[in-house]
Amino acid sequence: MHTTAISLIQLGGVFFGLGVLGRLAWRIGISPIPLYLIGGLAFGQGGMLPLEGIEPFTTIASEIGVILLLLLLGLEYSASELVTGLRRSWVAGLVDIVLNATPGAVVALLLGWGPVAATAMAGVTYISSSGIIAKVLGDLGRLGNRETPVILSLLVFEDLAMAVYLPILTALLAGVSFLGGLTAVGISLVVVTLVLVIALRFGKYVSALIDSPDAEVFLLRLLGAALLVAGIASQLQVSAAVGAFLLGIAISGSTATNATRILEPLRDLFAAIFFVVFGLNTDPSAIPPVLLFALMLAVATTLTKAATGWFAARMQGLRPMGQARAAAALVARGEFSIVIAGLAVSSPAVTGELSALTTTYVLLMAIIGPVAARTVEPVARLFVHRRARRVRRGGHDGRDHDDATKSLSHT
Amino acid sequence: MTPLPGLGTQQDFITASGHRVGVITYRDGRLELIVSAGEDPDKVAASVGLTGEETSALANLLGAPQLVSQLTKQQREVTGITTWQLPVAAGSPYDGRSLGETEMRTRTSVSIVAVVRGGTAHPSPGPDFEFAGGDLVVVVGTADGLRAAGEVLDKG
Repeated sequence: MHTTAISLIQLGGVFFGLGVLGRLAWRIGISPIPLYLIGGLAFGQGGMLPLEGIEPFTTIASEIGVILLLLLLGLEYSASELVTGLRRSWVAGLVDIVLNATPGAVVALLLGWGPVAATAMAGVTYISSSGIIAKVLGDLGRLGNRETPVILSLLVFEDLAMAVYLPILTALLAGVSFLGGLTAVGISLVVVTLVLVIALRFGKYVSALIDSPDAEVFLLRLLGAALLVAGIASQLQVSAAVGAFLLGIAISGSTATNATRILEPLRDLFAAIFFVVFGLNTDPSAIPPVLLFALMLAVATTLTKAATGWFAARMQGLRPMGQARAAAALVARGEFSIVIAGLAVSSPAVTGELSALTTTYVLLMAIIGPVAARTVEPVARLFVHRRARRVRRGGHDGRDHDDATKSLSHT
Repeated sequence: MTPLPGLGTQQDFITASGHRVGVITYRDGRLELIVSAGEDPDKVAASVGLTGEETSALANLLGAPQLVSQLTKQQREVTGITTWQLPVAAGSPYDGRSLGETEMRTRTSVSIVAVVRGGTAHPSPGPDFEFAGGDLVVVVGTADGLRAAGEVLDKG
């Protein structure tokens, strides 16, 4: 009885504290994820205040947090959107993989963490935070901008890449051979394709199985199905998160919209626990040794992600300002980098320092991302302005000159 | 039509003045009118969320004058005949009553050629066509008749 009371007080304190932090975060215009991580770092392992007795709950809750994060990601996009997204942005998507997975992998290898950790770090630096990006675009009123479809289809591509990547990582973490890894790649590709086909052709049957006009029944079925699929997927070594993600894709139409509405608060709750637990399990004293690497990664991957966005926007024929906005918008990393790192450090094959590096990296990127998206316009205008003046002084390119007069007349 | 994965779809066009004008249709059915800045058509200068009623009001405002000017053009040869658009205000005596009840033809000798509702023209409405607040009634007749028709719709 007494221990229950203490657990309740601890949990209540954690939630209330997170609420305060979350409010603070959006007020200063950044995502709350870094603050949740800091909250987790402050407690637990090597922190100021050890939390005891609530681990059984927080462990399973953070697992549910990951499942819900991925389920809602799957729900967000319909199968047809995924297919068109893939068709529209596969070139930019491949550039994205090459540019942004490489820095993480290289740093992990430099640190001597081995190929498995390098695969994990590749994912950490590759995957943008669709949560942060969508929120920032909405807040800045940029949903109608022409770069927004470009950004969103790139995010769609990244999410599909995740669906293939996570099973591979899971297999590698389980310590399978190279051949086993290849098999995992094959199986996950087949499964993803299969689910896409099912979702496109028979999505309404899957939805009908889950759907109910009664909100309570709907919630229970939805959550039940998600945990069942995730559990079975995990048992089959395909990664629980991917199971949930694929279920999310298979649910379509109005069922998906309703499911998102019902699950969003739950996801926010459990995902917050997940971030805190990740912070809890990260030893703050492990951060200083990797700080320099985290900073290097932050600078490098800000540039590589910006280059990706710039390239994608340029391919769609956007103007320089649109290209700049697309470049800055994509920079944020967040929830899914932590999901990948969480998966990785749960395996003994990967050093615990990886979580310290990822925590620091995400702390930086979740702040740099929104700040970059907000400040890109004045900065880029200055740049276009200066180029314009240079062109005006000596240039004779008619089109550039036209751009120049336009931007000059505006500033 | 451009898909906005996770949000909905967007349809837009560039005007002769260089603005991009369009509508975002969100998944849950909400509509948003977007108008781009002049110097950077890629960027949205204003996005206005519209309710169903507001959408049809806007569509009427844009659609009815178009119809009227078309009809006016066609009737240019017939002197003394004009086309007007008259609103059925919410709370007008005919809001919710049928076209036949106005006895428009008998009382003012003008003809109702169309009713624009929600941006869609309903041509040649029959006597049992029911008016609703916000409708725009397109009428053809003499100037005096049209003035009278406006009063009928206003005051009954």
